[in-house]
Amino acid sequence: MLEQIDFTQVNWARAQFALTAMFHWIFVPLTLGLSFLVAFFESIYVKTGNPEWKRLTRFWMSLFAINFAIGVATGIIMEFEFGTNWSNYSWMVGDIFGAPLAVEGIFAFFIEATFFAVMFFGWDRVSQKTHLFATWMVAVGSNLSALWILVANGWMQLPVGMTFNPDLARFEMTNFWAVLFSPVAISKFTHTTASGFMLASVFVIGVSSWFLLKGRHLQLAKRSILVAATFGLLSGLFVAFSGDEAAFTNAHHQPMKLAAMESLYNGGVPTGLIPFGILDPAKRPGDSKDPFLVKVEVPGVLSLLANRILTSFVPGINDLVYGNPEQNILATGVKIERGRIAIAALADYKEARQAGDEPAAQSALATLRANQEFLGYGYLDRPEDAVPPVALTFYSFRAMIALGTILMLVFVLFLYFTWTDRISQQRWLLRLGVLSIFLAYLASEAGWIVAEVGRQPWAIQNLLPVTVANSNLTAGTVQTTFFLFLAIFTTLLIAEIRILLKQIQTGPEGH
Amino acid sequence: MIGQLALSQLQQLWWLIASLVGSLFLMLTFVQGGQTLLFTLPRSDQERLLLVNSIGRKWELTFTTLVLFGGALFAAFPLFYATSFGGAYWVWILILFTFVGQAVSYEYRRKPANLLGTRSFDIFLFLNGSVGLLLIGAAVGTFFTGSSFSLNGYNLVTWQHPLRGLEAAFNPFNVALGLFLVFHARVLGSLYLLNNIEHDGLNQRCRQAVFVNLLLALPFLLFVLFRLVTMPGYAVDPVTGSVSLEAGKYLHNLLAMPAVLGLLLVGLLLVVWAVVAGRFLGSRRGIWFAGPGTVLVGLALFALAGYHDTAFYPSSSDLQSSLTIHNASSSHYTLTVMSYVALAVPFVLAYIAYFWRLMDARSLTLEQLEGEHSHDLY
Repeated sequence: MLEQIDFTQVNWARAQFALTAMFHWIFVPLTLGLSFLVAFFESIYVKTGNPEWKRLTRFWMSLFAINFAIGVATGIIMEFEFGTNWSNYSWMVGDIFGAPLAVEGIFAFFIEATFFAVMFFGWDRVSQKTHLFATWMVAVGSNLSALWILVANGWMQLPVGMTFNPDLARFEMTNFWAVLFSPVAISKFTHTTASGFMLASVFVIGVSSWFLLKGRHLQLAKRSILVAATFGLLSGLFVAFSGDEAAFTNAHHQPMKLAAMESLYNGGVPTGLIPFGILDPAKRPGDSKDPFLVKVEVPGVLSLLANRILTSFVPGINDLVYGNPEQNILATGVKIERGRIAIAALADYKEARQAGDEPAAQSALATLRANQEFLGYGYLDRPEDAVPPVALTFYSFRAMIALGTILMLVFVLFLYFTWTDRISQQRWLLRLGVLSIFLAYLASEAGWIVAEVGRQPWAIQNLLPVTVANSNLTAGTVQTTFFLFLAIFTTLLIAEIRILLKQIQTGPEGH
Repeated sequence: MIGQLALSQLQQLWWLIASLVGSLFLMLTFVQGGQTLLFTLPRSDQERLLLVNSIGRKWELTFTTLVLFGGALFAAFPLFYATSFGGAYWVWILILFTFVGQAVSYEYRRKPANLLGTRSFDIFLFLNGSVGLLLIGAAVGTFFTGSSFSLNGYNLVTWQHPLRGLEAAFNPFNVALGLFLVFHARVLGSLYLLNNIEHDGLNQRCRQAVFVNLLLALPFLLFVLFRLVTMPGYAVDPVTGSVSLEAGKYLHNLLAMPAVLGLLLVGLLLVVWAVVAGRFLGSRRGIWFAGPGTVLVGLALFALAGYHDTAFYPSSSDLQSSLTIHNASSSHYTLTVMSYVALAVPFVLAYIAYFWRLMDARSLTLEQLEGEHSHDLY
């Protein structure tokens, strides 16, 4: 089965997908949050009838449109990249993974596409209430789109509601509701969309801060900050709650990811949390080195977060790789052996079916069924291959948490000083507000690095490693498209930033 | 209820649904057609503004329909998705590039500090409408002419041509289909602009463009139809599933499925009627005939490719690797779930139609554009 795979191109395919995803994620969170903020602004306009709120709405809407277009452009690449670069994946799990993508198209994209035009060009063509409805529908459509793609992503992290069909050598859906309501899908959706709301709130605060620093559009800026800081703060609280839930589900369904996030090599009872630490780059699984050069540890907290029990055991990388009989954890080496048995049984089954030898086919099938939960492990060369890049996961996780905490503080401060009408005097805070835009993007990207790098080497957790999921392409082909994508996306990003800056510089004049 | 249907019935239903989405995309390529008229139809910047802001308010529907077409094929026929996209790599990548260019161009083309200048973004729009559609036509053409690939026992694809899909653009039938799509889209674009814009000069030129582009499309259409009824096709044995070349297969399909022949003829007649009405009878409503006509022609083409024991994505180098709606489809359960989801499609079409009508109740004029905020215009 693996003879067609050119292993040297797998990392280029990974890099290309990561590149597309990270570019896409520059634009999507702003769309998710700004769509709601614009809907809030317009609702206030409709409620009060104050034309200043309309001017404000139209200004933020114009920024929304610039960002939205490039989000669409990078989004289509992502959808089709599953086919172009991960064709084995598309076949082996398309029966399950394709459904949420199609549902996304039917239920979300058409809402966005239809109401986007009404929202932008319908001011004088439809009634005020219809226009407001359209604006809300753009927000709903954007976030529904996030729901379905995150359901798909959640299924990759926790494959549920399916079975393996040996005749076709693919996974097939058996329970749509299990896929839709998988705990990982739910926590992914809530955490990710709420983080998008935070980012958009920071964006509005940052741009408004710049106006205040320049002494322009003071009323518009203060009104925008008040709404955005409130929305951001509420969203931030929800991000913290859903993040805790995400860590809890990781502990139970992706323990290796949690171990990498914490650089936890040897599990214990209780296990402490490391809010800050510097890793020893020479540390490898199985050696006796201390993973940390420097660390600050809070005892017991990781056990509490992972299991809701202060004295519970949290497995480390070594426990998961080399096994821990006391805690009933199977060694990865054993899983690899059983995975190889499953792969061989699958080949035997197909051969026997082809030869018309039904008893042999049934015997092979029984062996396959007994070992199929480890199918993906059979493609790993050695137990250590099951460990994701620890340092990148560890530091990204801390960056996300630290930046998220700073952003929460920013919301509180902006809310307080705007509420007490002293915001214009707090120039340090206004500068921090502008800077926070970059911090929010860093936090957001870091979050996805944790989620995706932390689950390597799996395309589908435990069932399909990326090395088997990719397309039968040469490394040169993928390299070429990688650099083409890089050039195109970078050019478009520069164009977008320039247009946004110019639009902000121009301000709401004319709106 | 839907779950009671046999797998083969669900597979036929989903080929119909995917065909319908694909055909709706073809109808909506009036946007692409309009984009290729950008450099020839308008005589001034104001007229160009009018044209772009007319078709620009519909580009997302076309784009979304294409994405849904991809999503529907992924969900219903994942083996096609894996085989074609992973195999014919370059043709799909180039198509995608042209759509990336389209997605940003409307929003960015007139914005100050847009880095590349208005003309560059207009060229992106032109490339999307010309090269993009040509390649889509070439890719769809392989549904009839076949591609060089093989699948192993695990259904993993090996593409056997070094051009990885671009070779489709060197086959006369595929090229003719692609060029027909390009000129047909220009017919649709002209008809749409004629209906949507109120401007004497532009309207007059649209009427001419409708006719000229039909004449340009006609040789390619005739070639495609001629080849279609004379070329060998990829027949599937309904009992064994084995694939073989059959002389006149698509002609046989047409004769065996008179409804499809009817769709094709009625569709073509509607398009021709729309052109005649637009060019010679002073009508501005031709798009409402040509649009549905295009959908009917599209449905007929997809039906010829997929129904009546035909391999819809044939392999010319390894016949038994060819994809049929039966061996490429999702499971019974997934097709059932997706069928329930598809029940929402009429509702989606209804609200699109309602808001389309609401927005286009008045034709677009220069005076209206001047009344709108210049920041918001494309």
